[in-house]
Amino acid sequence: MSESIPPGPKIRLRGVTKRFGDKLVLDGIDLDVAPRTSMVVIGGSGSGKSVLLKCILGLIAPDSGSIEIDGQDVLRLPPRERDAARARIGMLFQNGALFDSITVADNVAFGLLALKKATRAEARQRAEEVLAQVGLAASVGDLSPAELSGGMQKRVALARAIAAVPDILFFDEPTTGLDPIMGAVIDGLITEQVRRMGSTAIAITHDMASARRIGDRAAMIHKGRIVWEGPAASLMDSGNDMVDQFTHGRREGPIQMELRR
Amino acid sequence: MNRLLDLVAAVGRGALGACEATGRVILFAVLGLTHIVRPPFYGRAFLRALVEIGFFSLPVVALTAVFTGMVLALQSSIGLSRFSADSAIASLVVLSITRELGPVLGGLMVAGRVGAAMAAEIGTMRVTDQIDALTTLSTNPLKYLVAPRLLAGMVALPLLVVVADILGVMGGFIIAVAKLGFNPHTYLADTMRYLEAGDVISGLVKAAVFGFIITLMGCYHGYHSRGGAQGVGAATTAAVVTASVLILALDYVLTEMFFTK
Repeated sequence: MSESIPPGPKIRLRGVTKRFGDKLVLDGIDLDVAPRTSMVVIGGSGSGKSVLLKCILGLIAPDSGSIEIDGQDVLRLPPRERDAARARIGMLFQNGALFDSITVADNVAFGLLALKKATRAEARQRAEEVLAQVGLAASVGDLSPAELSGGMQKRVALARAIAAVPDILFFDEPTTGLDPIMGAVIDGLITEQVRRMGSTAIAITHDMASARRIGDRAAMIHKGRIVWEGPAASLMDSGNDMVDQFTHGRREGPIQMELRR
Repeated sequence: MNRLLDLVAAVGRGALGACEATGRVILFAVLGLTHIVRPPFYGRAFLRALVEIGFFSLPVVALTAVFTGMVLALQSSIGLSRFSADSAIASLVVLSITRELGPVLGGLMVAGRVGAAMAAEIGTMRVTDQIDALTTLSTNPLKYLVAPRLLAGMVALPLLVVVADILGVMGGFIIAVAKLGFNPHTYLADTMRYLEAGDVISGLVKAAVFGFIITLMGCYHGYHSRGGAQGVGAATTAAVVTASVLILALDYVLTEMFFTK
């Protein structure tokens, strides 16, 4: 953990392009995320935010462009090293994506066991520690994910994402589907854990309150391009017409919703 | 003229699509098979699949086999008594069961039960991002989800067919002795007289192939399902239909290979 922070951005995207059929989803994304900072990405539904995260994670291969983590172009690494790079990224999926055939504790310990970082007993113990960090009792570990409420599932998903102490964390709409109070609680947990581990984070959200709580910086993506980037604190008064329309939820403005195709 | 061209184009598109789908299935099968022999191995996942496919399919396969044996004895006695060839009933029952009906009917029953469940489970994991989550937790989904199931299918089906063979012969025996007035000792002696090891072994080889086909179709259609509940439903149907058709078609191919010289 005491490695010196390399100069330059932790994550650096240049000209990332992805096309599904004849639909251009990412149209040359350039984005830098400095080490130990949190970047919030906002944008309308279908603007390519999730695809962007999946490209960095290596779940989707972009058509062109480069994705550098710590100065290494992960798209051009040999498979083994790419797997190693991916293992340093923790991901909180939108609906948790907990494995419903195994217990909560096994979910949290899953990554540790897959990386052979721990024996079963150690992993179980670590799972209980991490569950405690997200405010869940050790007894929750024996339940199955289906027995938990939405807020608790999010906590477990967060615990699973941070169990292996990743130095990069991704959050895909962490507060979607939660009530405002639970949303604030999850945001609090996220910022606390990101700060404690010294991780670099990227979060996707539609929730402006959440965006300002989690993010140091923010970027807006529209039609596959980054149209604005700036401090997250200035999201509500950015001076950019598109960001203003989006953050204030106005129907009229430069962004036209495509309802018909 | 244009309408004719449209027709030709549609046929061509269909043919190309079928080729593409076949190629994808074969690629998926080869990848799945190579992961069976490459570490890490997931013993628990294999055992769970083995119990699910083998043990829990016992009741359906057993009932199918017993009734098939009973019907065979009854039908053949009606037919053969016209030629006063009653003594051939025992041979007819045992050869039909071991060579054909055990593996084929057992395979079809398991395809309905296990193939559907497997496609639904893996399909749900796909649409709820659980398969992506596996990848982010340093686990290859083909290795963790597909390989253990393929192996379990190839192991479980022959075991089930051994049971089906015995119970099928027993069904025939019950009818022959209780209803048709055969002497039990003579019937059993007749059963063994023309039975060769090759009859049983060919049936077991068929069973292993069918087990592979059933699990392959369940995994393939589940793995590639998309679009929520409806997509999972479609995957389930496709898994059962393709597995059933392939079982019947491959049964012919295998019979041709084993029994024509």
